[in-house]
Amino acid sequence: MIDRIASFGRSGISFVISIGRAGRFLGGVLSGVPRPVTGFPLLLKQLYSVGVLSLAIIVVSGLFIGMVLGLQGYTILSDFGSEAAIGQMIALTLVRELGPVVTALLFAGRAGSALTAEIGLMKATEQLSSMEMMGVDPLRRVIAPRLWAGFIAMPVLAIIFSMVGIWGGMLVGVEWLGVFEGSYWGNMQASVDFRDDVINGVIKSVVFGFVCAWIAVYQGYDCVPTSAGISSATTKTVVYSSLAVLGLDFVLTAVMFGNF
Amino acid sequence: MGLGSYISLKDVVFSRSGRRIFNGVTVDIPRGKITAIMGPSGSGKTTLLRLIGGQLRQDSGSLTVDGHAISELRRKELYKFREKMGMLFQSGALFTDLSVYENVAFPMRVHTKLPEDMINDIVLMKLEAVGLRGARKLMPSELSGGMNRRVALARSIALDPELIMYDEPFAGQDPIGMGVLVKLIRDLNSSMGLTSVLVSHDVKESLSICHYACIIADGKVIGTGTPEELQTHPSEQVQQFLNGHPDGPVPFHYPSSAAAEDFGLAGGVS
Repeated sequence: MIDRIASFGRSGISFVISIGRAGRFLGGVLSGVPRPVTGFPLLLKQLYSVGVLSLAIIVVSGLFIGMVLGLQGYTILSDFGSEAAIGQMIALTLVRELGPVVTALLFAGRAGSALTAEIGLMKATEQLSSMEMMGVDPLRRVIAPRLWAGFIAMPVLAIIFSMVGIWGGMLVGVEWLGVFEGSYWGNMQASVDFRDDVINGVIKSVVFGFVCAWIAVYQGYDCVPTSAGISSATTKTVVYSSLAVLGLDFVLTAVMFGNF
Repeated sequence: MGLGSYISLKDVVFSRSGRRIFNGVTVDIPRGKITAIMGPSGSGKTTLLRLIGGQLRQDSGSLTVDGHAISELRRKELYKFREKMGMLFQSGALFTDLSVYENVAFPMRVHTKLPEDMINDIVLMKLEAVGLRGARKLMPSELSGGMNRRVALARSIALDPELIMYDEPFAGQDPIGMGVLVKLIRDLNSSMGLTSVLVSHDVKESLSICHYACIIADGKVIGTGTPEELQTHPSEQVQQFLNGHPDGPVPFHYPSSAAAEDFGLAGGVS
């Protein structure tokens, strides 16, 4: 019994230490003054790597989720004779929730795991150490551009996801199931508020982007530099990011939309 | 060696994960010479290089490089100071997304504002020095282990450092590759006047090029001097290491309980 309590205590201490290390790490990454001339090309390269290369999965997922929403929405709403409201249902669902959340989960799986594996492998092959010994700070040269790229790319990807999803919903609802196109777009425009819905959705994706990118780069930088260590860090990135996104989504939704 | 020391460690104590790696190490590394740090695997040779490079900090004792106490430098000062150091890692540690040419040009692009044609000339000169000018367009994945280390060596001397540290440069090399590296280390030291610290457990190669050597074991320096002085060192542990005897002060058998007990012959062997 005592052993279990001690083990529980050790896990708690280890968790708190890990949070502290991640905080110090973040402070180290963000503390430097950005150097536009040298930093921008590095940022651009990472934006391509984590943003542009994630587009395919984001667009395809957004399209299918929008189409499924269209089908399900039509089935449910037509029971009440309100299939004309399908546009607003799809738009609100995507802009407020599914856009930011699903994009973040896909981002963690596609770009987050790649970031962790790349940084972990750089650590295992002593590339980060050699950079340090050349007088180049890897936190600024390697980590900062990747963190900022994740932070910037996520909201853009979430917006694209929602747009494609709305278009996918239209394909099913209007083109296939015959909902009047005017009511699809008209109801959407009447019910989706730019500040309350769109901006809040973007704020969510900014927060998710920051958290996912932070977890990914920290796990890579802090991993045990062996193949098993990198594998474990990559898994942790996906699991921790997913849990953090889902947990934060509830908190943010309660704050943004919880006017009960 | 006091006045001519480039690196000086005095009573350095360092522990990691609850294990004492150094328990009062005192070493002076002379300026402009090749000093070999040798010792059995796990004796902390690479850790010593990381302490000198400021990647780790000692628990107590003093460590100075060119008169600067490394552990007291602020982060920015330390990074600036490292521009005077070069380090050849065991794996080479080339940047895998950059070509050979770009790897060697990297330190110059980051730390200097030299025009492109001058960077080009310096890169080609450094690659020529290691015999790989013709391989400048290759990627690190296309190089053999020995070539990888030679490119890393060219990169580590790109900024003409005062100090160069070699971490196990001969490990895993075939005889030709080993001969090439021995020649390069010797030539670079004499032509550039570098202070070189060579960490290795390849006794023959290390002693053939070093001016001084230092043997570390059990967290302490057990022998130091010129290669000739070490060959006649009175310590049995030094002689066991230099001559590769399988048994001696470092025992062949890992500590264990009595053999009779493990074999179930507690009453004695009949």
